[in-house]
Amino acid sequence: MPSYSTSEFKSGLKILLDGDPQTIVENEFVKPGKGQAFSRVRVRNLRTGRVLEKTFKSGESVEAADVMDTEMQYLYTDGEFWHFMVPDTFEQYAMGQVALGDSAQWLKEQDVCTVTLWNGEPLSVTPPNFVELKIVQCDPGLRGDTAQGGTKPATLETGAVVKVPLFVEEGETVKVDTRSGEYVSRV
Amino acid sequence: MNWRPGAPQARVHRARLNAALRSFLTARGLLEVETPILSRGAPLDPGVESWRAVAPDGTAGYLQTSPEYPMKRLLADGAGDIFQLARVFRGEEQGPRHNPEFSMLEWYRLGYDHRRLMDEVLELVQTVAGADSAWIQPRGPVRHVAYADLFQAALGLDPLSCSVGECMDVAQRAGLNIVGQLDRDGWLDALMALVLAADFAPGKLTMVFDYPESQAVLARPCAHAPGYASRFELYWGDLELANGFHELNDPAIFAARCDQDSERRRRNGQAIPAVDGFFAMAMRSGLPDSAGVALGVDRLLMCLLGETDIARVIDFPWGRA
Repeated sequence: MPSYSTSEFKSGLKILLDGDPQTIVENEFVKPGKGQAFSRVRVRNLRTGRVLEKTFKSGESVEAADVMDTEMQYLYTDGEFWHFMVPDTFEQYAMGQVALGDSAQWLKEQDVCTVTLWNGEPLSVTPPNFVELKIVQCDPGLRGDTAQGGTKPATLETGAVVKVPLFVEEGETVKVDTRSGEYVSRV
Repeated sequence: MNWRPGAPQARVHRARLNAALRSFLTARGLLEVETPILSRGAPLDPGVESWRAVAPDGTAGYLQTSPEYPMKRLLADGAGDIFQLARVFRGEEQGPRHNPEFSMLEWYRLGYDHRRLMDEVLELVQTVAGADSAWIQPRGPVRHVAYADLFQAALGLDPLSCSVGECMDVAQRAGLNIVGQLDRDGWLDALMALVLAADFAPGKLTMVFDYPESQAVLARPCAHAPGYASRFELYWGDLELANGFHELNDPAIFAARCDQDSERRRRNGQAIPAVDGFFAMAMRSGLPDSAGVALGVDRLLMCLLGETDIARVIDFPWGRA
């Protein structure tokens, strides 16, 4: 793999650090007027999600991480693995619960997600920003309460629980923002 | 791509600040001077990299990193107390507190030592900050602290005798992990910039003085503190604003430091620029006893306006220049 020098650091760059692929979240040039220069970076571990601060002496190099984002269709889960397919090539990938993390609760069969591959292995999955999911369980809302702007929990077909307005009923389909986990509208 | 200048508000304040700086120094009898931006030689200081400029016929020169050398030639020629508002250039320095091209106020005082010049720098900053009611003034009393006391009190380190290993331990305890090999001065720089200065009281001025001789640059050795040099730095909050010296005028020590700097550059794999022969000659002919200081005008403007990104006070920062 190629490597990057500190002068090439910028946010979004994928590097290999402590054996893990990490992405630079923030990079700041620090230098006393008459002294040694440094790059102070915040990196997010793409495997664990942990964010960490690290300082590089200017001029140091670090190996690039072979990380690639690929659009894939979510196929199904067999309970242990979640299966994805690259639509163009029909190439299939399986991911376990750990790599999937919280994303699992937004995955609906046929939906297209972004799967991050590291050295050809799935590392994480980013669901679409907005998903449309059916409510499988929620308490009936009381008519008189609609003006109060209150909310109630609703369980969606994928297992996710989101807060919905009181007028929304079981069996309806709702649009949810997966980045915040918030209800957007009825569909 | 946006062609528009990016600092319309700061532009007006910059004009007022420049006027206030000039008025402070001219009222005290200093003469405003101009020196070349482009020179045939550059300083060897490994902590400062020069931009190289090449003419179509191959003639090469360097953009100044400060007007220090020619201003000292003026001093050696008997010009007296002088100041300059100069544009200076530093290689590869870009970030929220750095722009490769910036404005520097540099001035020299005959017969002053660094302590006396420290007082004048503080007076200048405090006076100038009061020149416009819209500007933020530094808060409360100024903290004066010797470099050694700062390291000793906050980290339990003796900057002259500590080992690289001790520096690393202290840094680790402070949550500072560094990738790359550093020598002792590299570690001291890291601890100063990333640990100690970060704890300086926000909005207050801190004057750090008597730096290790290994970081003397062109400051003369301290008479009263062996191993230390008569150098100071002014911070506003955690932002470094000015650097000053009781000027080295011993040509033998200057020659020795040049050798050390070349050696450090070789070790670090840094380019070794052409040396300014005129400056060395002026040193040998005799530089009068004096103290000098360089102050970052863009950073002072940031403090006065409460800005945290230098690009907010420069109409055409690098990348859009």
